[in-house]
Amino acid sequence: MAGAIRIAHLSDIPEGEGRLVEAAGMHLAVFRTRAGVFATQPECPHRQGPLADGLTGTHTIMCPLHDRTYDLRTGAGVNTECSITTYPLTVGEDGAIMLAAAAG
Amino acid sequence: MTRQRLVVIGNGMAGARAVEEVLARGGADMFDITMFGDEPYGNYNRIMLSNVLSGVQDASEIYINPLDWYADNAITLHTGSPVTEIDRAARVVMSEAGVKAHYDVLLIATGSRAFIPPVENIRNDKGELREGVFGFRSIDDCTGIMATAKRSKVAAVIGGGLLGLEAARGLLNHGCEVHVIHLSKHLMNAQLDTQGGAILRRQMEEMGVVIHLGKSTEAVLGDGRITGLRFKDGDTLACDMLVVSAGIRPNVEVAQRAGLTVERAIVVDNHMRCLDDRRIFVVGECAQHRGKVYGLVAPLWDQAKVFADHVTDRNLDAAYHGSKLATKLKVMGVELASMGITDPVDERDEVIQFSEPGRGTYKKLIVREGRLVGGILMGDISKAAYLMQAFDRDSKLPEERLGLLFDLGTPSQKITLDEMPADQQVCNCNGVTKEAIGACVKSGRKTTKAVMDATRAGMGCGSCKSLVGEVVAWFAGGAVEEDPSIHYYVPCIPMTKPELVAAVRDQELRSVSSVFRALSGGIEDAASKPALASLLITIWAGEYEDERDARFINDRVHANIQKDGTFSVVPEMAGGVTSPDDLIRIAEVAKKYNVPLVKLTGGQRIDLVGISKEDLPKVWADLGMPSGHAYGKSYRTCKSCIGTEFCRFGLGDSMGLATKIEKRFRGVDSPAKLKLATAGCPRNCSEAMVKDIGAVAIGNDKWEIYVGGAAGAHIRKGDVLCTVDGEDAVMQITARFMQYYRENAKWKERTYTFVERVGIERLRAVVVDDSDGIVEALDAAMQRSVDAAYDPWQEAVHPRTANQFSDLLVADGAG
Ligand code: SRM
Ligand SMILES: Cc1cc2nc3c(=O)[nH]c(=O)nc-3n(C[C@H](O)[C@H](O)[C@H](O)COP(=O)(O)OP(=O)(O)OC[C@H]3O[C@@H](n4cnc5c(N)ncnc54)[C@H](O)[C@@H]3O)c2cc1C
Ligand code: SF4
Ligand code: FES
Repeated sequence: MAGAIRIAHLSDIPEGEGRLVEAAGMHLAVFRTRAGVFATQPECPHRQGPLADGLTGTHTIMCPLHDRTYDLRTGAGVNTECSITTYPLTVGEDGAIMLAAAAG
Repeated sequence: MTRQRLVVIGNGMAGARAVEEVLARGGADMFDITMFGDEPYGNYNRIMLSNVLSGVQDASEIYINPLDWYADNAITLHTGSPVTEIDRAARVVMSEAGVKAHYDVLLIATGSRAFIPPVENIRNDKGELREGVFGFRSIDDCTGIMATAKRSKVAAVIGGGLLGLEAARGLLNHGCEVHVIHLSKHLMNAQLDTQGGAILRRQMEEMGVVIHLGKSTEAVLGDGRITGLRFKDGDTLACDMLVVSAGIRPNVEVAQRAGLTVERAIVVDNHMRCLDDRRIFVVGECAQHRGKVYGLVAPLWDQAKVFADHVTDRNLDAAYHGSKLATKLKVMGVELASMGITDPVDERDEVIQFSEPGRGTYKKLIVREGRLVGGILMGDISKAAYLMQAFDRDSKLPEERLGLLFDLGTPSQKITLDEMPADQQVCNCNGVTKEAIGACVKSGRKTTKAVMDATRAGMGCGSCKSLVGEVVAWFAGGAVEEDPSIHYYVPCIPMTKPELVAAVRDQELRSVSSVFRALSGGIEDAASKPALASLLITIWAGEYEDERDARFINDRVHANIQKDGTFSVVPEMAGGVTSPDDLIRIAEVAKKYNVPLVKLTGGQRIDLVGISKEDLPKVWADLGMPSGHAYGKSYRTCKSCIGTEFCRFGLGDSMGLATKIEKRFRGVDSPAKLKLATAGCPRNCSEAMVKDIGAVAIGNDKWEIYVGGAAGAHIRKGDVLCTVDGEDAVMQITARFMQYYRENAKWKERTYTFVERVGIERLRAVVVDDSDGIVEALDAAMQRSVDAAYDPWQEAVHPRTANQFSDLLVADGAG
């Protein structure tokens, strides 16, 4: 996939969990739910909670510090006024997780 | 409308309640209110004086209407100011101190005083009670009794009725030898039959109270202070103080002088009006209605309402129809409730009876044409709330009689709550209706505790606590149409905990994701995951399919997350006992990893705070100690004190027991944190009485087991579940209680809520007396969980998921 950056492999991220990833000079929280893979800004806008350590729902991530929850597809807050930035990902046939170059 | 003047004589339970009812009906806009009280205080809950005397409560805790309440409601209050005169022609009352108040409406609520029988030498020359002789009616009486008890060796109580026994029990706590002298052949003869009286006698004697039955006191001995009593049969008893609890006499003198009709008390009609003057009303113990004078609080709540309905013109049809009397003895360690008649009086009366005197259990119901006319419950009063309600309402009893005496696992309570009228009183001591509880729940208070705090329901004799809980739950359930999810174990699956457990078992759902797939259309809800994981692990133990994403981060990395994303490490330190070698190792690890904070926790161990995720496995490996589980919804710690091993007061090996507990239960999951403690004696240095489970040694290898204690966000003294012999029995009961809690508590419901919700009597029945025949199953389930528990810090060596402890994955960047 031209212009896309490989940031991790599916096997790096256990199903349902997230990991903090450094790629293309920045930090991303990358999640693998049972519905797909998603990437967001790493820190919660509330008090910088580490989102990668949160609990995922099918399309949501809940911050581990004070339970603020965001939609992984849009970044919109589910139970909060805050929202987060999301980044589009694709998964290659070999299981590589790719970040669209434009996002980088 | 012109304002009227409402004057109230008597600032006790009935008078103040009547004013509250008037205010509740908009009375503040209609009346200028003036109250006169003989006592120098605001209105307090007189029935709690028994608790004050026994030391369970402080006098300052029993005020219902503190002085601020009067000011806030613009009520003029004259305390310490008995009214001596009512001038009906001028419509003025006058107090001893000369204060005058004009009235348009007058309420007399002067209550009663202790009846002092005409025993020789009981009063001094001035007609006052002799030094060392007390009635038991007011805060001042209580204060006097307590001060004198401190200096006394032997205390006598005349009267073996409800109040006399409560006084005797209270006196025991002040270290006196206590004797109860009772005229009748058995104790509490107004509320108990002979058999019940005999059981009660034995229980009081076991507590250390000496009981003298069929004895009539003839004289008080001694010149200055009393030295003893002489009885009609010539016997004597040496004592240093005397509490007289031989009945009550209504305070009617002022009414009598004012020319009102007084028989045993001031006679009133169904509107609580006296017969002679339309402006004068009477409520409480000084009122006589249809020939009856009451000595309990329940009637006065109804009387106060009727009075208020009339004076505010709210409901001129309101009428008082008399009350039926049910009581509970407030003596710690004795469970006793009684209602109506004590023996059959009519041919139609059918008696249902169960007795097991050896265990102090006695239950007797008298049923007339399918309705309850009398009942005695001793030992196990779990059915008291239901029966008292059936008795009070005269409702038809179910045909299945056995279920009236015992919980057979098929409570018909649900139906009875549906049927319960809105104005039915749930708490008689504080006069709280079903409706009032409903309003409180609707206003957002969803826990029994919150509702109790707000309404005072259940805070009197306590016998209705479980009913209050059920009514709260029922109302919370009434919200079903708006928010059905409040009954669900987790919001995204429309099932209560038992329904969910059944579905999980039937469909053999062993992982959290399979539960979502089977029961919520595959939609995963983040917040529900840990709750489901906890449920599944309790059900399946070793067969649970652990999916790490269902765990909160703490349980994925076995440490507690901090505000900056680092973690804390708390190694196990069973019972707070450590060794120099362990301390050295901890110190070395702290230095090696530059641990920013080393702190002693409130759980008697050491916290290494501020460790990065990546360092966690290394720290654990270097420590070489098991996890203290300071992060999970699980068994946490068992604190201890030094106990028999070193302490000069020790009665049990609290350190040894704490270690056993810790080694057995570590790693066992539960709906919320479980924090335990053992104490070597009732000095309770390890705070065992305020833990989820606490074992307190009381000597002779006996341990008292407390459950439901709390000293965190909530403070609650635990309830004594039982007293057992030996450490093995402590371990066994602890396991059974824990397992029952694990299976039945809601997610994140601490024991302090759970115990109150379920009720200590019920828990005792299930866990101690095996009423449901499930203890073997509890034992087996706990054993499975113990067997399945493991030390998660071993994952340092064998990580369970990819990059489990990595702080950051660095991509190679290849396209
Ligand atoms: C470390 C410690 C404080 C200390 O330095 O002493 C502590 C720290 C925390 N307590 Fe605690 N509690 C600590 C002893 C207690 C105690 C005392 C005890 O255990 O004997 C209590 C009162 C007993 C109790 O549990 O009720 C206590 C009552 C609470 C509560 C209130 C619980 C309640 O329902 O009343 C919370 C909040 C909660 O659980 O929702 C809480 C929550 C917390 C959390 C875990 C907050 C959180 O979720 O992150 C704190 C972690 C801070 C951190 O950044 O690591 N902590 N906490 C103590 C660890 C004890 C241990 O060795 O395991
Ligand atoms: C220790 C104890 C335990 C009890 N336990 C229970 C129980 O478990 N359950 C239960 O239902 N009931 C119990 N009772 C009974 C209950 O307390 C009474 O039924 C209730 O207090 C009656 O209320 P009342 O307003 O009529 O009288 P009171 O509460 O006595 O109020 C009357 C007030 O009027 C004042 N007064 C009297 N004369 C005058 C005057 N001339 N001028 C101004 N003020 C005057 C008195 O000083 C008093 O403060 C208990 C009582 C005691 C003492
Ligand atoms: S009391 Fe509050 S601030 Fe202190 S450790 Fe416990 S939760 Fe944290
Ligand atoms: S930091 Fe995320 S919710 Fe507070």
